[in-house]
Amino acid sequence: MTTTIESPDLIEPEEPGGPAGHGPETHGHDGGHAEHGPSGLLKWLTSTDHKVIGKSYMITSLVTFFISGAMALVIRAQLSNPTSSLVNFQTYNELFTMHGSLMLYLFAGPFAFGGLANYIVPLQVGAPDMAYPRLNALSYWLYLGGTSVMTLSFVVAGGAASFGWVAYAPLSNSINSPGAGTDMWLMSLGLTGFSAIFTGVNLVATIFYLRAPGMTMFRVPIFSWNMLVTGILILIAFPVLFGAVVMLFCDRHFGTHIYSVQGGGVPVLWQHLFWFFGHPEVYILALPYFGIVTDIIPVFSRKPLFGYRGMVFATLSIAALSTGVWAHHMFTTGVVLLPFFSLLSYLIAVPTGIKFFNWIGTMWGGQLSFQTPMLFSMGFLFAFLMGGVTGVLLASPPVDFMTHDTYFVVAHFHQVLIGTTVFAGFAGFYFWYPKMFGRMLNERLGKIHFWLLFIGFWVTFVPQYVVGLKGMPRRIADYLTANGWTGLNQISTVGAMIIGFSFLFFFVNLVQSWRKPVPAGDNPWDGGALEWFTSSPPPHHNFTHLPPIRSERPVWDYNHPEHRKDESHGDKRHREHEGETVGANS
Amino acid sequence: MRRIQPCDQGFHGPQAPAFSTSHFGPDPTSVTPVNAFTNGSPTSLSARGPSSADTPEGPTAPAHGKRWKRLATGLAVGAPLVLGGCNFYPTYGASRGATTQGHDTFKLYSGMMTTGIIIGGFVGILILFTMVRYRRRSDAMPKQFHESIPVEILYTGIPVLVVALLFLFTVLTENNVDAIVPNNARITTTGAPVLQVKVTAFQWGWRFDYPNNNVSVSGDVTNGPGGLGPQMVLPAGETVQILLVSNDVIHGFYVREFNFSRYALPGVDNRFDLNIINPGLYPGQCTQICGLYHSEMLFSVKAVTPSQFRSWTAGEVAAGHTLGRNPLPSTNVPPPYTHVTPSNALAAPSSKKGSL
Repeated sequence: MTTTIESPDLIEPEEPGGPAGHGPETHGHDGGHAEHGPSGLLKWLTSTDHKVIGKSYMITSLVTFFISGAMALVIRAQLSNPTSSLVNFQTYNELFTMHGSLMLYLFAGPFAFGGLANYIVPLQVGAPDMAYPRLNALSYWLYLGGTSVMTLSFVVAGGAASFGWVAYAPLSNSINSPGAGTDMWLMSLGLTGFSAIFTGVNLVATIFYLRAPGMTMFRVPIFSWNMLVTGILILIAFPVLFGAVVMLFCDRHFGTHIYSVQGGGVPVLWQHLFWFFGHPEVYILALPYFGIVTDIIPVFSRKPLFGYRGMVFATLSIAALSTGVWAHHMFTTGVVLLPFFSLLSYLIAVPTGIKFFNWIGTMWGGQLSFQTPMLFSMGFLFAFLMGGVTGVLLASPPVDFMTHDTYFVVAHFHQVLIGTTVFAGFAGFYFWYPKMFGRMLNERLGKIHFWLLFIGFWVTFVPQYVVGLKGMPRRIADYLTANGWTGLNQISTVGAMIIGFSFLFFFVNLVQSWRKPVPAGDNPWDGGALEWFTSSPPPHHNFTHLPPIRSERPVWDYNHPEHRKDESHGDKRHREHEGETVGANS
Repeated sequence: MRRIQPCDQGFHGPQAPAFSTSHFGPDPTSVTPVNAFTNGSPTSLSARGPSSADTPEGPTAPAHGKRWKRLATGLAVGAPLVLGGCNFYPTYGASRGATTQGHDTFKLYSGMMTTGIIIGGFVGILILFTMVRYRRRSDAMPKQFHESIPVEILYTGIPVLVVALLFLFTVLTENNVDAIVPNNARITTTGAPVLQVKVTAFQWGWRFDYPNNNVSVSGDVTNGPGGLGPQMVLPAGETVQILLVSNDVIHGFYVREFNFSRYALPGVDNRFDLNIINPGLYPGQCTQICGLYHSEMLFSVKAVTPSQFRSWTAGEVAAGHTLGRNPLPSTNVPPPYTHVTPSNALAAPSSKKGSL
């Protein structure tokens, strides 16, 4: 019915439900968050509004990020000197364990699928809220609980968990890690695991059922597409983690021997289960951020995304492959089938490469303006390029043998994860901040933040590749002067301090935007997706009216009717014209 | 520590054996190539590379499969980089490999790194070029093209080919690195069984047992402050088979110069072969977090000539360092349904210097 609308006249949002028409009901079953509901603290505590929950998620995860980042600075300070005694061994082991755990479980994922996705996905698909608002609130509170339990484990007797964020059995059993900190670590994973599962359910349901009239699946913006795939991956991966965690808890407290050799168990089973979660998790962390960048680049290029469908299929292939590569974390165990996991790992490079060329194709022939979100996106491209190339090396078992558990791997995954969660994550934050708060962030401060971060990033991690190749293992608290790793570690430490310093400009920027607000308007970047059609910040239930949705950027079509993207995928008459364009530019 | 020179044998082509036994001094037995390895099952060994199996006729015998492979590898890594023997494979910061297996790994690494630099460099420069070429110069609206099927097929197909090639070289190298001398061929030139060393990792140290020689040495964090930890003495130029086990948690056996690491997994017997090319001292350490003193779990490998190795084992036996004299720490078997608190897990020192 809606596809017949030809005029750019606005349509009233009909009952949410989208093309399917029978989506979960979202109206009227949580009266607590009506326009004139509670305000202030009570509003934050009781709200089921996806925008409030999204902001709560973002604040919590950013606090986690800064706590965890501070730990990284202590780790770097410790390593700047071969026999440093800044912290003792036990504290050092706790620090790197908590740094990894907080970053991976409690910042990178929740910031994306709990924070940005919660806020943006309903807006992008033209929905009034997430499909299950109260489940959404439960997700947040479970997540907050999990974060608190993990962070507070530092203060219990015996200290926090100290076996690395992967908690390999049997180091994580009751003999080798007897403290309550380990149990709190497990409890935190249980809580945040369920939080993630609920969010995954919500994202999938929202994107499948609550799309606005006219928004077919191939008109869903890529960020929301990626969140859909992320949601599906969460539903595949997190239950496995939860099962593994429960079994470890049983080993620790109920006398089972699932992971202990002495009782006939198999220690390496933990690794299989953990990485069956852990590798999809890597893409649960990465796909949302790919989506952010994919949404930002067209806006600042003033062009539609190049290869939209290719992008969707690349995302789906990455997700499918990611469930079959877990044992590439276990090449050096000697008990996995190397060629199989190596081949699948290599294959992931193909869809990832497609994404790269699509991003370049989007910029090609455009009018690029490098405002802060675009700058951060470019930072992501270069960081992820380096991380991706070294990742291809690590897909080769012999090369993995020579670099496994060294700083080469540490540098690799920091480049990937900082490239995605920090560069792309902050690109999204700078991009959507005006929408969320109705005020602009300062461009100048944003650019200083970017350049310091970018410089610090390379200064930190390039020396780590080299020191890894020189044989420095990860997770060591000290080393010998004779190893010759000192200089490289000191450069790396300086880089980490620059990264830390760069965030001061971020804080100043936030403070300034609150003290001297610059109104943002509805669409400060000339964005094309639906979130730019409503006010900043959006009203309760998001939209009073919607533009016709004829492509993945309906707002662009509405604002630039003469520059609409050609809608006829696969229509030869139109493709001729486009072929000329591409040919002329290439 | 003596710097090894894998280039000595690095790119003389398949005609040269992987190592020249004459480097190892005047010992008469070591001058003979280790051709007796092929007595058992020569075909199964032909994939091992030049190290031991395919040199039965001495230094002039080419291995055809190897030649083809080297040629193909060379093409893959880019012919322009040929600067002559030693420099054919740039190191990119890695070790050239002190074992034949490690040298194979190194060559793969070097070739992949070169490929990565070419492809990564191409994409990076393309991004930079696009950023500069299409920076916003006016308010003109760019053309709104959004797909090009031929271009998209091209940039899907080429990565598939690249990845397929990388996978091919990976499998070829992996077969060399992972190959172990089969049971029925464990015969050395001297007629003795191939040297086996059982390496036991424990919290926090290493024990090296030599069942052929009735020798056992071990050491842990308490007896090597500032040093390299216990030392595993091995003969260079011979195949050594390592049996790697763990006494408690997972540890990582890693020697940087060997370009190799393997987990010591509780309940699993991990075996691998090492063919150390030149005598030398090669530091190693545990790479898998294994508890409080993980950072201190060092060891070293000292490669000596076979004759020196024999006199070393004789000396160790004379000194009483025989099998069974080095008990491992108790493995803390948890009694069912009982919460056990170990005494050592929380004894954190204030600093390394103080406690060791």
